[in-house]
Amino acid sequence: MTTRIQEKLDVVRNPGMPLELDWIESVQVNLSALERRSATIPSRRSIKKQWQAAWLLKAITCIDLTTLAGNDTPSNVKRLCAKAKHPVRLDLLETMGVSDLNITAGAVCVYHAMVPTAIAALGDADIPVAAVSTGFPAGLSPFEQRIEEIRASVAAGAREIDIVITRQHVLRNDWESLYSEVAAFREACGDAHMKTILATGDLSTLRNVAKASLVCMMAGADFIKTSTGKESMNATLPVGITMVRQIRDYLDQTGYKIGFKPAGGIRKAKEALAWLAMMKEELGVEWTQPHLFRFGASSLLADIERQLEHNTTGRYSAYYRHPMG
Amino acid sequence: MEIKEIFESMEYGPAPESSDKVDKWLEDHDRTFELFINGKWVKPSEDEYFDSINPSNGEKMAAIAAASKSDVDTAVNAAKKAQKEWWAMGSHKRARYIYAIARQIQKHARLFAVLESMDNGKPIRETRDIDVPLVARHFYHHAGWAQTMDHDMPDYEPLGVIGAIVPWNFPLLIFTWKVAPALATGNTVVIKPAKLTSLSAILFAQICEAVNLPPGVFNLVTGSGSKTGTYLTDHKDVAKLTFTGSTEVGKILRRAIAGSGKKITLELGGKSPFIVYEDADLDSAIEGIVDAIWFNQGQVCCAGSRLLIQESIEDKFIRKLKARMEKLRVGPALDKAIDIGAVVDKNQLDTIASYVNIGVKEGGELYQPQCDLPEVGYYHLPTLFTGVSTADTIVQEEIFGPVLVAMSFRTPAEAVELANNTRYGLAASIWTENLNLAFETAPKIKAGTIWINCTNMFDASSGFGGYRESGFGREGGIEGLWDFMKPKWESEFKTKPFKRATVKPEVEESEFPPIDRTAKMYIGGKQARPDGNYSYEIHSPEGDLVGEASLGNRKDIRNAVEAANAAIGWQVTNKHNVAQILYYIAENLDIRKKEFAERLVSMTHVSFEDAMKEVSESIYRIYYYAAKADKWDGNVHHTPYRNITLAMPEAVGVLGIVLPNEFPLLAFVSTVIPAIARGNTVVVIPSETHPLSATDMYQIFETSDVPGGVVNIVTGNRGELTPYIADHDSVEGIWYFGDKKGSKDVELRATENMKRSWVSYGKHRDWMNRSHGMGDEFLRKATEIKNIWTPYGETM
Repeated sequence: MTTRIQEKLDVVRNPGMPLELDWIESVQVNLSALERRSATIPSRRSIKKQWQAAWLLKAITCIDLTTLAGNDTPSNVKRLCAKAKHPVRLDLLETMGVSDLNITAGAVCVYHAMVPTAIAALGDADIPVAAVSTGFPAGLSPFEQRIEEIRASVAAGAREIDIVITRQHVLRNDWESLYSEVAAFREACGDAHMKTILATGDLSTLRNVAKASLVCMMAGADFIKTSTGKESMNATLPVGITMVRQIRDYLDQTGYKIGFKPAGGIRKAKEALAWLAMMKEELGVEWTQPHLFRFGASSLLADIERQLEHNTTGRYSAYYRHPMG
Repeated sequence: MEIKEIFESMEYGPAPESSDKVDKWLEDHDRTFELFINGKWVKPSEDEYFDSINPSNGEKMAAIAAASKSDVDTAVNAAKKAQKEWWAMGSHKRARYIYAIARQIQKHARLFAVLESMDNGKPIRETRDIDVPLVARHFYHHAGWAQTMDHDMPDYEPLGVIGAIVPWNFPLLIFTWKVAPALATGNTVVIKPAKLTSLSAILFAQICEAVNLPPGVFNLVTGSGSKTGTYLTDHKDVAKLTFTGSTEVGKILRRAIAGSGKKITLELGGKSPFIVYEDADLDSAIEGIVDAIWFNQGQVCCAGSRLLIQESIEDKFIRKLKARMEKLRVGPALDKAIDIGAVVDKNQLDTIASYVNIGVKEGGELYQPQCDLPEVGYYHLPTLFTGVSTADTIVQEEIFGPVLVAMSFRTPAEAVELANNTRYGLAASIWTENLNLAFETAPKIKAGTIWINCTNMFDASSGFGGYRESGFGREGGIEGLWDFMKPKWESEFKTKPFKRATVKPEVEESEFPPIDRTAKMYIGGKQARPDGNYSYEIHSPEGDLVGEASLGNRKDIRNAVEAANAAIGWQVTNKHNVAQILYYIAENLDIRKKEFAERLVSMTHVSFEDAMKEVSESIYRIYYYAAKADKWDGNVHHTPYRNITLAMPEAVGVLGIVLPNEFPLLAFVSTVIPAIARGNTVVVIPSETHPLSATDMYQIFETSDVPGGVVNIVTGNRGELTPYIADHDSVEGIWYFGDKKGSKDVELRATENMKRSWVSYGKHRDWMNRSHGMGDEFLRKATEIKNIWTPYGETM
């Protein structure tokens, strides 16, 4: 089974590497400096007019359109899938001259139970289904059960698996345990791509975030992802920059390209532009493409749609003018 | 460009900030601006105008009046006239005016930001997010100082008219650093912006009008430095000159006003080190470099232009730095998506380019990123030189452009040595995650501002200024205010020494001839014969021979300075121990009180009672400074960031002290003791006519555990000896209590290495009066304030 990610990738999938503790221990992150850098990314890179439209369309292609609620049923999942296939009103796409770009969301992200529904709803569309897994969101169910959960979702057709790590391994600096856990998850994923959710809001410091990022990449992560959306603190730019810089160092050391997915709390078009600018600045244009960058978001798309309409017509738009997902 | 193409390339596009409002403002004034003098806009008397050019596109923005000598004269007169009422209205009223200015600046923040960006070429992001907010903050902060002055500083008064000369790199911000404290402390101002960048100052003058600032309080004289600046510098009614600019011009100004009694603050050039230790957050350090040398096109006096990298991470760091440079965007100042704007003018661009050429010629490895430059306007690529060493021109000289030189070091000690291997001392940036190392390094670097894990951070509450040839004085904070005030008791100083009644003492007949004792000098903790092996006679007022003293020469000064330099460990001796030693001095002097009094009687013929008073007062003062030694500590400034800004009082260094003839013991104690209490090591030329009280003191020092070299005494002809101290490049400060001519000479000579000079211009204080002879004034003159910024925080 080939995935959309693999087709687009001109690089080999990260095979992981032995755990290198010296490297982990040498990581330094200065919180205040990261905050200053974060504050100036949007103020150094204003993106306007047609550039803004293009960047927002790109952002849409990077969205993992997500529903992870206890009351999900096939009806709202199907509606979400329909939105993933047609995220922007056709008339707007035509006005922008991009109707032939086949703009779709990056993926649809659901709980395991909804994987079959999503796959059926997406049909022929080349949009992968991602399943959150391994006892999402806390990740504290029995280890074997978590492995089984991955296998079941892969068997059900999920092409991407968003796993959660055991936070205590990070808080206790037990890198060996974290490494072997993630490596086992990766093995269970098989050909499905693995996004490792660090749940950064639980990790207290950027230093922990950086070290956990590295360990997960060493253990074979395809993507590293910030949050489940259930922690009290979601994706923030300082966290994002911290993780992305580890991706950069991992690339320098190994040659493998790891993707990045900020998730939770990203709701505004303007924030999406800042995240894309950050990816371009810290890693390069390739990391603004869906094979290496995703937003985990549910309401972001609606704001982007309004912004695109404003960009096209010059009039401020309203939510009800765009089909809900 | 089509959306479809951008979708693939993910390029940035132009993101111009509109110039409409500024254009309208310029048009409303017919793009012509006059002088603002005495609350009115007036034509320049010689009808001369010059052009202000937008460096982003080379277009003329406006014609600006050039102030003539008579215009400057009118302005200074207006300021002088207005100053009395401005001071008399009191703290609260003054504070309200300054507060209103702050409000107005905030209200018109974007107009200021866009105007400044167009006039100077600096990115709108910087003027909008950094310059203008700092300006507003500075006025708010100083409105506060104005409010508190009457109550909190009852012994101080304004100087009068402040003449200010401002550079083009931060036209409004540095302008504000001068105007806000001057006005807050009850002075009035005549200010000359840089010829290249006058417009934001003109807009500021309109704000002064809008808040109904009394006429004459603020006066703006635009024009060239060579003409208008010179007229202002030379004007007899300017009480103080405050200048920011090049070290070269700073020295010219210092010399120009030497001996005039004008006070001066100089904030000059720099070649500031940017130290990266191996345990730093390297990626963040690289962003620090972006803020250090590619902020404001590198046209920043405190730019971190010398990168010092620990050898173990050098290759990796340079690789990362080059990769980062590829991401920098250079473009027109009003583009909201650029990092680097235009250099201020063609001249500056040529200067930078010539330094880059020299760098290449001298064998440096040049690196510049692939980066498009606009076709018109004055732009320079961000530039990195590796493979350079300390002897290279581009490593030594301030380039004032986006050019960074990188070198490596092996150990923290070597980092400090390299950091200090410069004539400048404005700022330094230190990157390490180890606070032990950071706080070990910070005090060792000769610079007025140290940024730990950050760079180019500024705030109104924190004093900014230099060591060495980066100038003297501070701008911002309480440490910056003192330079705009004088103690009220200065008006009590007299042109003749304060005298006590003299009476010829009775001398007891002895059956033996007196023992022939010649006072030696005191150098490096040892009694030293003079190099020339000459002595001179000490006479009483009636001409009787009292004794003989060593006649020092230039080699004795040289030896004394060497000794003082060898003793600089004293600077970091803990202040409890310093206090203990000072108490010990007082104790030992107290035991020999009578003997010291008799010496005063025999040399000066004061009454025994007055002599005892002088000795007692000396003991009192030693006690005072002993008491203060461990209490006169620094501040933690309320800079509005999550960080600790420590204002650390440090010693000036090696201090020369030249004393008057009168009060031979008390003047010695009143100057030498506060100086050493603050950690300075001193070379003293005591009273020429009555040196024996000072030389008697060395026995006290010897028995009081004062380390050798902390106090060095060279007796002799002060007119002959003083120049050797004033000229000496290893002396960092000089206090001179003497006549006008000598004061001028000291100020002239001290200029070369930018010694901090404190001279009396022939005025005498009453040394017995505690206001005149004791207190914070002496401690402040013995101190250099270093601000250390340390952002903190670990938990997200």
